[in-house]
Amino acid sequence: MAQPNPNVIFAPWDDPAQKPLIQFKNVTKRFGDFTAIDNLTLDIYAQEFFALLGPSGCGKTTLMRMLGGFETPTEGQIFLDGVDIVPVPPNERPVNMMFQSYALFPHLTVWENIAFGLKRSDMPKDQIGDRVEKMLKLTQLGKFAKRKPHQISGGQRQRVALARSLAKAPKLLLLDEPLGALDKKLRNETQFELMDIQESTGTTFVIVTHDQEEAMTVASRVAVMVDGQLAQVATPDQIYEAPRTTYVADFIGDVNLIAGKSSPVDGGMDVHWDDNQPAIHVTTDSPLSARTACHFAIRPEKVSISAEKPDAVNVMKGKIIDIAYLGNISTYHVEIAAGVIFKAQATNNRRLSRRTYTWEDEVYLSWTDTAGVVLTE
Amino acid sequence: MRRFSWFNATSLTFGFAFLYLPMLILIIYSFNESRLVTVWAGFSTQWYGELFQNEAFLDAAWVTIKVAFWSSTLATILGTMAAYIMVRAGRFRGRGLFSGMIYAPLVMPEVITGLSLLLFFIAIDVNRGILTIVLAHTTFAMCYVSVVVTSRLVTFDKSLEEAALDLGCTPFDAFRSVTLPIIMPAVVSGWLLAFTLSLDDLVIATFTSGPSSTTLPIKIFSAVRLGVTPEINALSTIMILIVTVGVITASLISRGATIKAKADERKAEQG
Amino acid sequence: MNSRVTGSFIVLGLFVFLAGVFYLETFIPLARWSDAVGGSRPFTMLGDGWFDVAIWWFKFIALIVINLPIIALIIVGFRSLPLGLKAIVARQSMISTPYAWLLVFFLVPFGIVLKISFSDIALAIPPYVPTLKDGLWTMLSGLDLENYAFIGAGAVFASFAVIVISAIMFQIIYPRVRKALIPDARYGVFDSAAAALTTLAVALVNVALIVAALALLFPVLRAFVDIPDFLYFAAYLSSLKIALISTFFTLLIGYPIAYAMARAAEHWRPTLLMLVILPFWTSFLIRVYAWIGILSTEGYLNQFLLGIGVIGEPLTILNTNIAVYIGIVYTYLPFMVLPIYAALERMDDSLVEAAEDLGCSTFSAFWLITAPLSKPGVIAGCFLVFIPTLGEFVIPSLLGGSNSIMIGKVLWEEFFNNRDWPVASSVAVILLLILIIPIVLFQRNQQNEREMDG
Repeated sequence: MAQPNPNVIFAPWDDPAQKPLIQFKNVTKRFGDFTAIDNLTLDIYAQEFFALLGPSGCGKTTLMRMLGGFETPTEGQIFLDGVDIVPVPPNERPVNMMFQSYALFPHLTVWENIAFGLKRSDMPKDQIGDRVEKMLKLTQLGKFAKRKPHQISGGQRQRVALARSLAKAPKLLLLDEPLGALDKKLRNETQFELMDIQESTGTTFVIVTHDQEEAMTVASRVAVMVDGQLAQVATPDQIYEAPRTTYVADFIGDVNLIAGKSSPVDGGMDVHWDDNQPAIHVTTDSPLSARTACHFAIRPEKVSISAEKPDAVNVMKGKIIDIAYLGNISTYHVEIAAGVIFKAQATNNRRLSRRTYTWEDEVYLSWTDTAGVVLTE
Repeated sequence: MRRFSWFNATSLTFGFAFLYLPMLILIIYSFNESRLVTVWAGFSTQWYGELFQNEAFLDAAWVTIKVAFWSSTLATILGTMAAYIMVRAGRFRGRGLFSGMIYAPLVMPEVITGLSLLLFFIAIDVNRGILTIVLAHTTFAMCYVSVVVTSRLVTFDKSLEEAALDLGCTPFDAFRSVTLPIIMPAVVSGWLLAFTLSLDDLVIATFTSGPSSTTLPIKIFSAVRLGVTPEINALSTIMILIVTVGVITASLISRGATIKAKADERKAEQG
Repeated sequence: MNSRVTGSFIVLGLFVFLAGVFYLETFIPLARWSDAVGGSRPFTMLGDGWFDVAIWWFKFIALIVINLPIIALIIVGFRSLPLGLKAIVARQSMISTPYAWLLVFFLVPFGIVLKISFSDIALAIPPYVPTLKDGLWTMLSGLDLENYAFIGAGAVFASFAVIVISAIMFQIIYPRVRKALIPDARYGVFDSAAAALTTLAVALVNVALIVAALALLFPVLRAFVDIPDFLYFAAYLSSLKIALISTFFTLLIGYPIAYAMARAAEHWRPTLLMLVILPFWTSFLIRVYAWIGILSTEGYLNQFLLGIGVIGEPLTILNTNIAVYIGIVYTYLPFMVLPIYAALERMDDSLVEAAEDLGCSTFSAFWLITAPLSKPGVIAGCFLVFIPTLGEFVIPSLLGGSNSIMIGKVLWEEFFNNRDWPVASSVAVILLLILIIPIVLFQRNQQNEREMDG
């Protein structure tokens, strides 16, 4: 991810000596009867690329707008570098924002847009020009400096918005769905550009997105939000491999979820989910107590599919009812019990015509004892 | 492609003939030699000459322009403020009354507005003159301006203002350097509307004017009551021509801007 | 803070100041002093002689100079305010400027009209009693409803009550009764029309009974029941009639124009739109005036008709209600065309194509698809014509002559010719009352349309 030094692992959140750049302390925001943010506490550290991820209406944008100064919390405090910034108006905060609509001033040129904030700071006039040129170079916009926003393409507009919000060298940059308006291909390129810029400027980035892939790609840590609360705050790999709740597991990527009851066994636990089927064995250091209601979650790519019965800890027999061919991989929907569908992914390393199983075939699904996780929430 | 039938062509032809023939006749007969306006007696521009000799009309025209200028300027400032409040200020005490007062003059018959302002000026013992007409015109024109500006402001992306604040503007600075330049076309058309309304107004001006401040519509009205005269035809022709040139120029400019913007966008998409 | 902000505030201050200068002129002693210099006409600020102009500019500059320290004080004071307070002060002053203006020049004047409508005519200056000079209590106790009785307001109130009651019955009671009696039958236009007539009749009888009872119980109110001067009531009815008929004809002429405009090729539409808007920008008065020459007995229309031999002797059109209808249709046509055009232009063409694909003829596709979808535009257009027409003054007085009576004209004559301010004021109040129903309906239509848009 975006570390300043690749040799040292960038993880200030694990270091108790580090002081966070931003602290939310018991922040609540209500709009009338609606609670957008519900008693939320969160620390964000300097130089992080922090992603707020969640479905629309989960409060992620409200959280960001509170950092920008466009919303005031109903309760609680927000600290930036140890200073309570709640009473500070947006124009006096060392925070800049890149808006979802980009909010480029249509009556000003690209150059003037980037210089807009600098002209309102205490920067001497002769330095403004240099700074703008530097920003234009950083975002490769040099030859568009004299154009108006409607005379450049969507991707270029996005870069102008970025350059404008970075020009004042803010302590913290907020990005509200920065890539939402771009098409998929451009979005992928721009994600890496964003990471490069974050790395080279050393600015702390907080990004709001509903696109989980984007969050996983760019962020050093991801906060999954739901109904105004944090479901989980962790690095992307932790979120994916060790989701804390079924909600997070389901929201990030594809997952098979099976409800069952636990029973501790030697070296882990078993999840009983159907009286006529074998229990699922999971190796874990902290097994649940007997007969606790829980969910077993496993990613489809960790489930293998085969025509003959394999030798594995967990094996299920089922019937293929659907195949989604995605080119590089295929997802098989396998019915393992009445109404229970399991998804398994396999790379298509053979040509389609040579596939050994197809619709209605009986197949075996298998996975190791460490491939899945057991969730209680 | 939409079908364009003979029925549509006929209704357009008749519709526009109905709209424009009366004015066309007026213009043609303003060049009539004879004082008997209904009898054509040859081409002449003498009535224009006489019009420019007529000091009473020239004075009235001058008063009208002064009134229109001041009242439309004041109305634009107040109307823009009012529109900004209606769209941006959120809740405040007396908002209902305020929006009522903003929209009421639009549907209020002119006779009532004129009467009430006249009785008000008499009650506070102000002599009637240019000032009172300006005040009256400002009051009803600011409502039209606020409607025009409001309709622009509601489509205005609020994040532009937030971006300005974010980049260090005070709220006033944000209004001045971002909002105002962007809504300027609406403000200008609001001003033009207010100016035209003021130029055009007879009823309110009659109520609020004093003996020394006759406006052009008042003058025309009292002349017209006695029948059609060639001078009024000439005057009407001049006014129609000014408006026509103005409206056509404005629409050509705005269409040119639209075409240019579209071309720019196409160019931008191609890189 | 940078110097730009200060500069902006000075500019703002000057603007507010400019706005205030006309007003201050009335009150401050400087103005009085200059009146003495300027002669007998106090408000010839932009007067004709160079001397007047010079005096005016002198006053103007003097006022600015006098007020500069005050403006500076306000700016310095504002800038020294703490952050939160500054925002509140800025917001409040932004709100209060247009607010105060409207209170002073719209609400207060209307209050004065209301007060005078309860006063009595007198040979005095101003020509009514009582005034505030008689003392507050005397003034309040001297107010009465005499003018309202005189102009037949009782009948207006009663009609108002009939309309409101029958509307309530039709909207609230009738659907419930219908549901209770025949739960699942289907209803057509005729059922609704019958119900509307019934509710109207019921309301009429009820109001008549209430009025009779009231008049019997309170002899004071009897003045309202027998209308002393039928002129006023006739004026209300004739205004309503003229407004209704001319709205109908405007719709009849305006709809095909709007329809044809919406059907025209895309690159033609801005031009057509401009052609409709252009008359709106030209003087109202001139457009009405143009018809005098056309409609008079020796006018162009009669000459033309006589010339081609359609008629034997000239028609009398000018100074009749027909001329008023023509004038209203002509001047208000853009108000009808524009909203209908907007509604039709927004409509998706493929809807009509789909209807024809599903077996509609061109005409039934229009009747079943286009017409209902343009309804909000039609309603908006009708109200935009109907509402201002009710209080119209210029058209009936120029084209209708003494034969056409409309409330606006009656008010004008009452005020300028009879010098009866109290009666003119009460006519104004009643006119406003009559307008309330269409205005409320119009607002509801606009609201529905906004909600439909999204």
